[in-house]
Amino acid sequence: MNITVDGRTVPAEEGQTIAAALHADGLRAWRTTRVGARPRGLFCGIGVCFDCLVTINGRASIRACLAPARDGDVVTTGGER
Amino acid sequence: MTVYDIAVIGAGPAGLAAAETAAARGARVAVVDAAEHPGGQFYRHRPGDDGSRHHHWRAFTRLRDALKNVDHLAGHRVWHAEPGEPHTLHCLVGHADERPTTVRAQHLILATGAHDRSLPFPGWDLPGVLTAGGAQALWKGHGLTAGARAVVAGTGPFLLPVATGLAASGATVHGVFDANRPDRRVLPLATDPARAIEAAGYAAALLRHRIPYRTGHAVIAAHGDGRLEEVTVARLDRDWRPLPGTGRTITCDTLATGYGFTPQLELAVHLGCALTEGFDGTPVAAVDAAQATTAPRVWAAGETCGVGGATLAIVTGALAGYAATGARPPASLLRRRARQRRLAAALAAAWPVRDGWKSWLTDDTLICRCEEVPHSRVEQAIAAGARDTRGLKLLSRTGMGRCQGRVCGYAAACLVGAPERPDRPIAQPVRLGDLAAGDTAPIHPRAGADT
Repeated sequence: MNITVDGRTVPAEEGQTIAAALHADGLRAWRTTRVGARPRGLFCGIGVCFDCLVTINGRASIRACLAPARDGDVVTTGGER
Repeated sequence: MTVYDIAVIGAGPAGLAAAETAAARGARVAVVDAAEHPGGQFYRHRPGDDGSRHHHWRAFTRLRDALKNVDHLAGHRVWHAEPGEPHTLHCLVGHADERPTTVRAQHLILATGAHDRSLPFPGWDLPGVLTAGGAQALWKGHGLTAGARAVVAGTGPFLLPVATGLAASGATVHGVFDANRPDRRVLPLATDPARAIEAAGYAAALLRHRIPYRTGHAVIAAHGDGRLEEVTVARLDRDWRPLPGTGRTITCDTLATGYGFTPQLELAVHLGCALTEGFDGTPVAAVDAAQATTAPRVWAAGETCGVGGATLAIVTGALAGYAATGARPPASLLRRRARQRRLAAALAAAWPVRDGWKSWLTDDTLICRCEEVPHSRVEQAIAAGARDTRGLKLLSRTGMGRCQGRVCGYAAACLVGAPERPDRPIAQPVRLGDLAAGDTAPIHPRAGADT
């Protein structure tokens, strides 16, 4: 299956989280912090740190490391609101 | 609405053992778990996993099979536990399609587990720096390697499976650096057959993959332009201060780091359970000989009442399962708990966190990653009168961000010289609309069928 990440098609496997699909695609950072514009991606990987937030199908601030990828998911990365 | 006899929160080793035991005694049991698949962090696995990457896999498959006798409410993140008759668990289900639900039960067994304990150091928020458990989760949960060139640093035996997992996943591991120098305090562990065999397996794997293992060393800084490019490793004195002239850099794209584990205690606090000091002196839920907390009809098991590993978790989970169904546990189980608790105490004594990590910090090292609070602002807040983590939060925003101080809480507590406070009335982020909607019907089909 595939998901769309900022308009780009990214493959994902059944059972993978959004974060795992991004990591497998070579991404290591997909958000910047609001004060220092520091790049962030995975840190804890288990839903504790909130570093890996993304927008999925229009819903903001979802932990990519917890959300299972579903075929056709539209993921938007980027800044912090 | 269905009221369960027992709701077990958490489907790791402790929760599964509690559920198995309680269900075998005829109780109507729900296992409420945040993850999509049972197993918790320890038995994290991929769908169709054959267990070849896991220790104690047979124990897990037996516990997992017992789930057929309970309602396994997967993907349920409990954001608040409300004591009462019955107790009410306020949950969120789903992610992009998130919706609220509630689970009610006369008795609760808390088996909420633990997460990695992190220590801050310069550059620790660079992409490519992961918690040890985070690196392990990519491998065990997804079959992915965390990176190509990896370094593992922190303290404790958990670093070993993380390093060998990274190597098995295809990473070149340039070293495992344990800040402690294990001494005779590890003897109780070394003479435990199961742990000795496990350690020998890791030692063989380190040799096979040619991974250097150094004690008394730490990664004291991470460097890179927008992502991790290298780390500084230094030799430490007994108090973990870097010895002058011992620093060297290692080129890497991945650092897996962990300094032990912090139990997740929010729900215990919601329910009014008293806390006490765990094996390493940090807060845990206080339990009696039957794993009962101080709150009525609430038991706790596993890391929630002291970090001690999967075997202790399974034993205490089973004990809680007996107690919550009013049964006397077998004496053999009590003996196993006593033995595993002694081992857990030895583990905590052999791999403590020493104060010298504070000397790794520079003025601009972030302490709180969420609110981007540097060490200098933490020091200013302490100088201005912050005496505990709450004062530190109010004066510097440390711990005020999205993670609610879970990541920086231990470091903040050490810096301010007061205990960590796991009081988070809302344990998971909940949207205002869901809060305003108030009570909500259960969505689980079997539970819902009884309404």
